[in-house]
Amino acid sequence: MAKLQGHAQELIKEIVNRYKDEPTPLMMILEAIQNEYGYIPLEVQELLSELLNIPVSEIYGVVTFYSFFSLTPKGKYVIGVCLGTACYVKGSQRVMDKFSELLNIKPGQTTKDGLFTLDALRCIGACGIAPAISINGKVYPKVEESKVASIIQEYRDLETKGA
Amino acid sequence: MAKVNIKIEGHPYQVESGMTILQAAKACGYNIPSLCSFMDGRCSLASCRVCLVEVKGARGLVASCVYPVNEGMEISISSQKAVEARRSSVELLLSNHHKNCLQCEKNGKCELLEVSKMVGAREGKYIGDMTPATYDELAPGLIRDTSKCILCGRCIETCKALQGIGILGFENRGFKTIVSPTQNRSFAKSPCIQCGQCVLVCPTGALMEHSEIDRVDLAIKQGKYVICQVAPAVRAAIGEEFDEKIGTPVTSKMFAALHRLGFYRVFDVNFGADLTIMEEANELIERIKHNGVLPQLTSCSPGWVNYLEYYYPELIKYLSTCKSPHQMQGAIIKSYYAEKNGIDPKDIFVVSIMPCTAKKYEKTRPGQESKDGLKDVDAVLTTRELAKMIKRSGINWKRLPDNDKPDDDLLGQYSGAGVIFGVTGGVMEAALRTAYKTLTGKEHPLIEFKEVRGLQGVRDASINIDGKIIKVAIASGMKNAKILLEEIKQGKSPYAFIEIMGCPGGCINGGGQPYVKPMFLPNEDDNILSTYVSKRASVLYSEDERQTIRQSHNNPDIIRLYSEYLEKPGSEKAEELLHTFYNDKREKYPNY
Repeated sequence: MAKLQGHAQELIKEIVNRYKDEPTPLMMILEAIQNEYGYIPLEVQELLSELLNIPVSEIYGVVTFYSFFSLTPKGKYVIGVCLGTACYVKGSQRVMDKFSELLNIKPGQTTKDGLFTLDALRCIGACGIAPAISINGKVYPKVEESKVASIIQEYRDLETKGA
Repeated sequence: MAKVNIKIEGHPYQVESGMTILQAAKACGYNIPSLCSFMDGRCSLASCRVCLVEVKGARGLVASCVYPVNEGMEISISSQKAVEARRSSVELLLSNHHKNCLQCEKNGKCELLEVSKMVGAREGKYIGDMTPATYDELAPGLIRDTSKCILCGRCIETCKALQGIGILGFENRGFKTIVSPTQNRSFAKSPCIQCGQCVLVCPTGALMEHSEIDRVDLAIKQGKYVICQVAPAVRAAIGEEFDEKIGTPVTSKMFAALHRLGFYRVFDVNFGADLTIMEEANELIERIKHNGVLPQLTSCSPGWVNYLEYYYPELIKYLSTCKSPHQMQGAIIKSYYAEKNGIDPKDIFVVSIMPCTAKKYEKTRPGQESKDGLKDVDAVLTTRELAKMIKRSGINWKRLPDNDKPDDDLLGQYSGAGVIFGVTGGVMEAALRTAYKTLTGKEHPLIEFKEVRGLQGVRDASINIDGKIIKVAIASGMKNAKILLEEIKQGKSPYAFIEIMGCPGGCINGGGQPYVKPMFLPNEDDNILSTYVSKRASVLYSEDERQTIRQSHNNPDIIRLYSEYLEKPGSEKAEELLHTFYNDKREKYPNY
């Protein structure tokens, strides 16, 4: 198992110190690490276990319970397809399937090039424009299956132009 | 303790305040079925919903295992609503349970099946998807089968609170929830010490020992010299499998049964325990004389050795290099015994009967080979597995003669010191009896060192050996061991010798011992869960008292072994056969 690099260890210790006096600090610490690094691998959980004196299995349980936490790195662009009731009724499952098919990944996975992560979201509060998706916070209204390819291309183009 | 007045089914009772409804009902003579609650109801996640009762004025039905009684409470266990709800709860558990009861090792001791009978659950009432299951048989000691798991959380709590480790946890959520080591790993790929305490509390067949009965059968069939050796703690509990009351001495019957199972020879690991004492006491005296590292830590308990390797590798230098008793004895059987009897050690198959699941792992460790790279021990059966072998062979336990003993063939004799190895403090006492003789040249006048006895998790004592005070400490259970280890780590340990056992109470409460589940023990007292360990301990202490030889160094077979073969404790030959090494670089989460 790869060991955590020194500076990553320091940053995690700093995050732990920030919350260690809270009554139940684990969730806050995990949230901060998730936001900072985009994922919470086992090595980080082992370090947290040592610092907080909580078994790794318990931390792992929390990380796998909440869909907000991720065990693997997220892609550069996180595509969230809303599967809340309104979006679902309006056909968001078909949108999800199309993304799955074109990116060749299942929901929750990341493409090999590290560019896209596909996530299922529960209601994002945009029922009026269902079916909605969000990519890195930007919301796309009334997405149809046929639009999926062009949305993906939009980000691919962004990459090539950027490069 | 303050009392409160309650009513159950309209009958008034007075119970202690602070009790849960489940405990109060039990005290008043009602058995409410329950699954996730354990340790006499002291522990519960209230996750199984099997113990629902109706409480007047409460909203809905309440889980009696966590709901405290209060003044004037009116409880109904038998109301239609409560009876039906309990049955539904069990039926829902069954709907996601792999019901291959005939093949299930826990059959006969399965609490889910027993509770199903109690509530009248109907099979197939709810039919639907099953949670994707994991079957882990990679670890030599333990098997985990999540298809049998009811998510009660007992094992999680036991590993975390009792052992202070916390290997197991809930993983994922909702229907996909399973109980597993981190990342749904095998026990073999996690820092699990394989002590088996989780197996003891699991209500179903989700956690089991890794059975090796088939391997023993095969060896007998192949015509090998199958030599069986039985650990001290086994005699303290095997009778329970045959409806003997807990604490009944059954040593003779046990040997009578073993002699009827087709083994070539039957020996007692007490001999190996005596040998361990000779080596371990010698090692301690050498360390004291030559300013070696102290405290010396005992190394008989493989669960404990695992713990040290995983969690305190920097303290390995304190650990005695002695192999555990059955490994020593296995090595002697395949060398000395084989030579003396003109048997090719390759044809010998050593079976250890142990109260332990970690011993199954221990025999596979590197550094546990003797002659020509042969393993010292070939198979390890738990006390429970031995009981299965006895039962299937048609032996009527009650009719077994009461006068049998190990084969008198070079390794047949043992001392009282060997017997008490099975209880916490026993190794310490046995070592002190011999160390006293070695240091003073005379026997301790009282023979016994009662100051090291007891069942408290951590104990210490100062032993006066001819004016020289030796401070010793004893811990059983890893949570307790941790306290002594932290002292050593900080350089504050005042002790010369520390005995540590992996399981709380020592081997008599090992992970391979018969299950102590009150629902299957109608003839035991209500408080059996808090008394069974001391009852089993008394079996060993009384057997020690009955021995004419009480010290390891006075065992004539041990004396002969040294004079004919090993020379003296710590000799080159003894080092080669009886000592081992440890791994201070054991990965907690190795790659598959």
